[in-house]
Amino acid sequence: MSDFEYASAPESRAIANIASNYGLFIGGKFVQPKKGKSFNTINPATEEVLSKIGYADKSDIDAAVKSARSAYLKVWSKMPAKERGKYLYRIARIMQERAREFAVVETLDNGKPIRESRDTDIPLAAAHFFYHAGWADKLEFAGFGSKPKSLGVVGQVIPWNFPLLMLAWKIAPALAAGNTVVLKPAETTPLTALLFAEVCQQAGLPEGVVNIVTGDGVTGAALVNHPDINKIAFTGSTEVGKSIARAISGSKKTATLELGGKAANIVFDDAAIDEAVEGIVNGIFFNQGHVCCAGSRLILQENVADEVLDKLKKRMSLIRVGDPMDKNTDLGAINSKEQLNKINEISNAGDKEGANRWSPELKLPSKGFWFPPTIFTGVTQSHRIAREEIFGPVLSVLTFRTPAEAIEKANNTMYGLSAGIWSDKGSKVLWAAKQLNAGVIWSNTFNKFDPASPFGGYKESGWGREGGRHGLSGYLTAEAKVNK
Amino acid sequence: MSRIDVNKTYKLFIGGAFPRSESGRVYEIKGADKKFIANPALASRKDLRDAVVAAKSAQPGWANATAFNRGQVLYRMAEMLEGRSEQFINEIISLEGVTKKAAQLQISEAIDCLVWYSGWCDKLSSISGSQNQVSGPFYNFTTPESLGVVAVFAEAKPSLLATVRALAPVLAGGNSAILIASENFPLPAISLGEVIATSDLPGGVVNILTGKASELIPWVGSHMEIDGIDLTGVSKKQEEELRLAGVDNLKRIFRFSNTDHPERILSFMEQKTIWHPIGI
Repeated sequence: MSDFEYASAPESRAIANIASNYGLFIGGKFVQPKKGKSFNTINPATEEVLSKIGYADKSDIDAAVKSARSAYLKVWSKMPAKERGKYLYRIARIMQERAREFAVVETLDNGKPIRESRDTDIPLAAAHFFYHAGWADKLEFAGFGSKPKSLGVVGQVIPWNFPLLMLAWKIAPALAAGNTVVLKPAETTPLTALLFAEVCQQAGLPEGVVNIVTGDGVTGAALVNHPDINKIAFTGSTEVGKSIARAISGSKKTATLELGGKAANIVFDDAAIDEAVEGIVNGIFFNQGHVCCAGSRLILQENVADEVLDKLKKRMSLIRVGDPMDKNTDLGAINSKEQLNKINEISNAGDKEGANRWSPELKLPSKGFWFPPTIFTGVTQSHRIAREEIFGPVLSVLTFRTPAEAIEKANNTMYGLSAGIWSDKGSKVLWAAKQLNAGVIWSNTFNKFDPASPFGGYKESGWGREGGRHGLSGYLTAEAKVNK
Repeated sequence: MSRIDVNKTYKLFIGGAFPRSESGRVYEIKGADKKFIANPALASRKDLRDAVVAAKSAQPGWANATAFNRGQVLYRMAEMLEGRSEQFINEIISLEGVTKKAAQLQISEAIDCLVWYSGWCDKLSSISGSQNQVSGPFYNFTTPESLGVVAVFAEAKPSLLATVRALAPVLAGGNSAILIASENFPLPAISLGEVIATSDLPGGVVNILTGKASELIPWVGSHMEIDGIDLTGVSKKQEEELRLAGVDNLKRIFRFSNTDHPERILSFMEQKTIWHPIGI
C-alpha cells in the first residue's frame, strides 16, 4: 500500500482575508463591544491565533436585541414577502460566489478537512438560503394555516462543529418566515459568522435584520435570558439545551432545540458489507466525529461481526489524518483542547470499564489538537462509551443475534436523533426504520443532509425539526396552540 | 315510599380496571346546589406511577394498530357515548348547574368531537408527512409517529366536552394517555372510563386519575416515562411548575386554545425522516 503515497495537496490560504480583529455585527455595522473586551480564536490544527474577536456582554446583547426589534417592527415584518425572499436569494448567491473563501476560513477556524468544508458545509449552507428564499412568499401554502405569522425576534445559539452550516440552518428559515435574529456563534469558531455578516452587508440586507454577537456561554445565556426575545433556537449539547429550557420555562419564549445523540448504526448479516464499512467510516469519522447525529454505536449482527471489523480496521488504516488544509486529508483536527480532553476522558473510561481500544498506527502532528480514529470492541450497554455522547472519532461496537435485539439495543438510550440501517432486504429495512426511535433514519447510507429534509430528534435529542416544510413551523405562530 | 337510588362508587381507571386509590383516600364532590354527590378517589403519587406503567406497556400495541383500526375504536367510543348519554346528563347538570338542554348539547358536541378525531387517524401522514425533494439519488420521506405517554389536564368546564376534546387527539396519534380529571368536576371523566372500557380500546391506553392536580403535578412533571403534557386545564403557576420539571426528559408540553384542530394531534407526534439511496 505504501508504494503509492499521496503527495500533499494544500489549499492556499491566500484567499482568506482574515482581519486581525472583529467587532460585533449590530444594526448592520461592525461595532466594538461596549466594555472593549475580546478573545482570541485559534486554528486548532496549529494553535496559531487567527484573529481577536469582540466579546459581547449583557449590554451588547441588549443593543443587538434592540436593533433586531426595531428592524422587525419597522422593516422586515412590513416588507412584502416576495422582497424578503429576494434578499435571501441574494445571500445564497453571494455565499456561492465566495464559497472558496468561506471553505478556507471554516477549515482554518474549525480544523475540519478542506474537502469537507468545500464539498459539504459551504454548498449546503448556500443551498439552505436558496431553499428558504423560495418559502418566504409561499408560507400560506405550507400547511400552517392561511395566515401564518412570524414570531418576532429570535435568539439563536449555534455550535462549533458546522459553524456556517448551523448558522444557515438557523438564520435562513427565521428570516424566510419574517423574523429578525440575534445569533451567537460558538466561542471557538466565530469567523465564518463574521464573514457572513459581510455577506449581509453586500446583499444590502436592511440593518438589524441579522445581528451577530460573539462570546462564550455567558454571552449565550445573556441572549437566552433577554426579556425581549420571542423565541430561542439552539443547537448544542443536551445538557446546555436543558439549561436553556429551564431558563425559559417561566417566560413567554418558545424554543427549538437540536441536541445530542448516540446514534445506532445497525449492520444486518444480509448487508452489502463493503458498502456498510464505508458507511460506518462516514458515520463516525466524518467531521472528526464532531457530529450530533454521528453513528457512534455500531451494532453488528454476530455472524458477520468479525468480517465487518476486519474490513473496518483495514479501511481505518487508510484514513489520512493531518493538515486540514490538505485536500487529501480525511480526518482533521479536534476543534479545541477542551473537546480533546473530553474525548480522552470518556475514552479512558472505556479502557477502565473493560472495552478494547484499537486505532491504526499513525503519527499525529505535534502541534494542535488531534485524536486518532478509534474503535472500542467488547462494549456493553452500560459502558460510558456506549451511553454518553463522545463527540469525537470514537466508535463503540456492540453485537446482536436477532433483529429484535438490535432494535432493543439501538433504542436503549436517552437520545433519539438518528440511526443507521444496513441490509439488502427492503422489508427488513422498513421494519427496522419503523421500530427505531429516532428522527432521522439513514438506511444503506449515513450522514446525509439536505435543506428539503427535516432534521431533529426524538426523546432527549431535542424539540422540533429544522429543514424542509416541517422546519418552518418553529418560526411561525401555531394555530391551535396558545403561546405561553 | 320512593325507591332508594343505587349510587355509583367513582373509582380510578388504570390499565382497563377500576381500582380505588391505593392510598385509600377520597374527597367530597358537591354539586352546583352544594349538596353531596360523590366521594371520588384522591389519587396518590403511587396511583400515578401505576397509571404510567399501564400506559407505557399499552402504548406500542395501540401505536402499532393500523390507523384505520384506531379510527374505528375512536368511532366506537362515540357510539358508546351516544348510547350512554342519559347517564352523563345528570352528572353534568348536577355538577355544573346547567340546564338539561345545555348538558345535552355538550354531550352531542363531545360525541361529534370523537367522530371528528376518529376520521383523522388515517390522514395524518397525508397532511403532515412529505416526500422530500433532496438534491441527490435518494428516496427521502417524513412521516409522523406517536410520541408515547401523554398526561392530559383538560379544562374543568364544560366538563365532558373539554375532557374529550383533549383526550381524543392524543389517542388519534397513537399515544396512550393519563387523564388527570378536573378536581371539582371529575365525574363525567370517570364515567368516560366506562365508555372507554366498552370501546375496544386496549386496557391501559387511557388511564383516569381523580384528585388534586396540585398534588400530582410535581410527579407528572418529573416522571421520566411521561413524554408529553397537554396542560390546557392548569393555572399559569402550575404551568411553570410542569414546564420546569418537564425539562428533565424534555417533555413536549403544550397549552391549546378551545378548538378542535389536527395540530392538537400532531403536537404529540414525532416526525421521522427516512433516507434510502436510489440505484441498481
